[in-house]
Amino acid sequence: MAHAQPGLWKRHEVFEKNSILLLIGALIVVAIGGLVEITPLFYLKSTVEAVEGVRPYTPLELAGRNIYIREGCYLCHSQMIRPMRDEIERYGHFSLAAESMYDHPFQWGSKRTGPDLARVGGKYSDAWHREHLLDPRSVVPASIMPAYAFLDRPLNADAIAEDLKANRAVGVPYSDEMVALARTDLRAQLDADGPGAADLQRRYPGANVRDFGGDKSRVAEIDALVAYLQVLGTMVDFKIYEDKKNLR
Amino acid sequence: MAAIPSPKYMTEGEAGLSLAFLTGALLCALASAHAVDAPFGFHMGLFALAALGGFLAILKRYEWRPAAAPPQTIDGKPNYNLGPVKFTVIAAMVWGIAGFLVGCTIAFQLWAPSLNFGLEFTTFGRLRPLHTSAVIFAFGGNVLIGTSFYVVQRTCRARLAGDLAPWFVVLGYNLFIVIAGTGYLLGVTQSKEYAEPEWYADLWLTLVWVAYLLVFLATLWKRKEPHIFVANWFYLGFIVTVAMLHIVNNLAVPVSFFGSKSYPMFAGVQDALIQWWYGHNAVGFFLTAGFLAIMYYFVPKRAERPIYSYRLSIIHFWALIFMYIWAGPHHLHYTALPDWAQTLGMTFSIMLWMPSWGGMINGLMTLSGAWDKLRTDPVLRFMVVSLAFYGMATFEGPLMAIKAVNSLSHYTDWTIGHVHSGALGWVAYISFGALYCLVPWLWNRRELYSLKLVEWHFWVSTLGIVLYISSMWVAGIMQGLMWRAYNALGFLEYSFVETVEAMQPYYLVRALGGVLFLIGSLIMAFNLAMTIAGRTAATRDASPDDAIAPVLAPAE
Repeated sequence: MAHAQPGLWKRHEVFEKNSILLLIGALIVVAIGGLVEITPLFYLKSTVEAVEGVRPYTPLELAGRNIYIREGCYLCHSQMIRPMRDEIERYGHFSLAAESMYDHPFQWGSKRTGPDLARVGGKYSDAWHREHLLDPRSVVPASIMPAYAFLDRPLNADAIAEDLKANRAVGVPYSDEMVALARTDLRAQLDADGPGAADLQRRYPGANVRDFGGDKSRVAEIDALVAYLQVLGTMVDFKIYEDKKNLR
Repeated sequence: MAAIPSPKYMTEGEAGLSLAFLTGALLCALASAHAVDAPFGFHMGLFALAALGGFLAILKRYEWRPAAAPPQTIDGKPNYNLGPVKFTVIAAMVWGIAGFLVGCTIAFQLWAPSLNFGLEFTTFGRLRPLHTSAVIFAFGGNVLIGTSFYVVQRTCRARLAGDLAPWFVVLGYNLFIVIAGTGYLLGVTQSKEYAEPEWYADLWLTLVWVAYLLVFLATLWKRKEPHIFVANWFYLGFIVTVAMLHIVNNLAVPVSFFGSKSYPMFAGVQDALIQWWYGHNAVGFFLTAGFLAIMYYFVPKRAERPIYSYRLSIIHFWALIFMYIWAGPHHLHYTALPDWAQTLGMTFSIMLWMPSWGGMINGLMTLSGAWDKLRTDPVLRFMVVSLAFYGMATFEGPLMAIKAVNSLSHYTDWTIGHVHSGALGWVAYISFGALYCLVPWLWNRRELYSLKLVEWHFWVSTLGIVLYISSMWVAGIMQGLMWRAYNALGFLEYSFVETVEAMQPYYLVRALGGVLFLIGSLIMAFNLAMTIAGRTAATRDASPDDAIAPVLAPAE
């Protein structure tokens, strides 16, 4: 490639003869697209506006979300309803950006081997979820989902307060009170009649408080995962949205 | 008179690195003892063992090596450092087979879910990242590092820079692979596609990658020819861009410095675009720019022709690396990502078709005047067909990036089909071609053990690819259409599970396609092993057409 080039082409030699210029040139060129597309997402109103009802996950829900992540559920299930007629009919209102604002990392998913779960909260009973997770084909014979019977084991979440602190460090508004009472809140969310239930709902408005795992004697991984699934898509009350009011 | 042996001293590199490894081993052992979760403890233990192994290996090497450093030239010719390249070639084959095997496993799991075995370590959710990382990073990464170390030396006519550094890169990278892979099985994942390894593995990879960049650059600085060869532009572009993507997408806060879990810095929409800015450009730079570098060296070399157009390589290099970055949003069409970003992503993805085909044209037209070699040389055929698949995938991609098309294809198996036509047809095939070229050169064999086996490999795996992608096209389009189908009464026609049932036959065909691809790779491994062992076609492959040379015998 070393034969002499006429005119402008010769100018390219400055990159071909100097590896540092080539490196810097390439780095500048590849930085542009990211800067243009990503930076505005941090200040444009449509991407940063909060929506009434969206709140941080409770400690139990967070523990459940961590199990969802650990097992790779996002590989087969999306959590992002698109604004298409058939999709809205099948899954519910299309997903808002604000609904995943506290999801570190996001769980929008990229494949639907199984159905979208963005608004699965409240669609099925806890018992249905338990049976389905432990053996999917007992509930849906044609399902190809793996069986998660091993989730019926004690939840290891003694240090859940540390998870809240880490989330706080990346911008999730957990208060000092929430962090201090994380372990208490985790147990309280499983006991609707217990003393901690009302307190929990004060800190996490609208939180579901009941025994998700079906066994009051212990806190199992399945308690946490079902608690997480049952909150998905339930935080925003679309009935109170006035669409004319928000026209831009 | 006996020669007085020159005194042997440890180099600064040997002393420094062995000390670093010893310290590292102690720190990792301590971290393991204080681990808050078992997988972290296990991984710190692995790091400690590796560091200890590194420490001992350096001492052993010091003991056995001659006093003087390896010479830069021997008899006026460059003394190339090929040890690390040989390691990566073998690692690539091993990881490749492992990755294809896991791929077949998860493919069969989708057809027969009982194959998940009910164990937490073998569920689809834990195995899938094992497959993707094994084929992209373990197989692809070793091919890239190895070929880049080979190509940069040959094109600069200079020995690879550094003494221990190249081995640190190669072994350190493969250690990252082991940490990542074992982690997935244990449930250690960030749930970011192709960026699943957790914070400590990411930090280690960053260290290795910086060393990789320095070794590559320092070798370039030793070049005799003032111009940097085009393949090295692509390698350099790939190395620095992957560094940028890796660092930004993996910014996270660990819950504990003695635990595996961390929370990524970004959330929701912001995280989605950062993830797919990363994810698409993992494809664009790791799987495209890097492998175009391979194409730019091995195709002209094997075809014994010059690259078609120098000017085209300039234009498409800069256009490709500029445009690829913008394409990320096409993974997020019709999601909560703002519309303007989706439009930018779609537009740049469509424009990207051009520099991509620029690369394809440059590679294919290099065959000008040598097209007959496609018939006779199956190794070259692998590489040329890889360019054809590259062209196909880089046409299909822009097509699927169009919002209207994407509204059907998103979330379906069409995406999987597209991925695999690029991954198997382009990435794997150009890798196979390069490995088939490299092995005889590296181990000083005149030729491969058997070209006939290369033919078998080619046809078996091509059939596999065709089965794979066509079954996924049908499955994906069918899914998309079924999900949006309405009956005459105005209700959704199909329940979700009915679409799952409809996929069954296609999942089976896809799995069988994958098996064929795996068989092809086993044929290749056998061929390369025989080549390395010194067996050649001449000792085995005598075709019945070859006339046995008549032996002169005295007349009776």
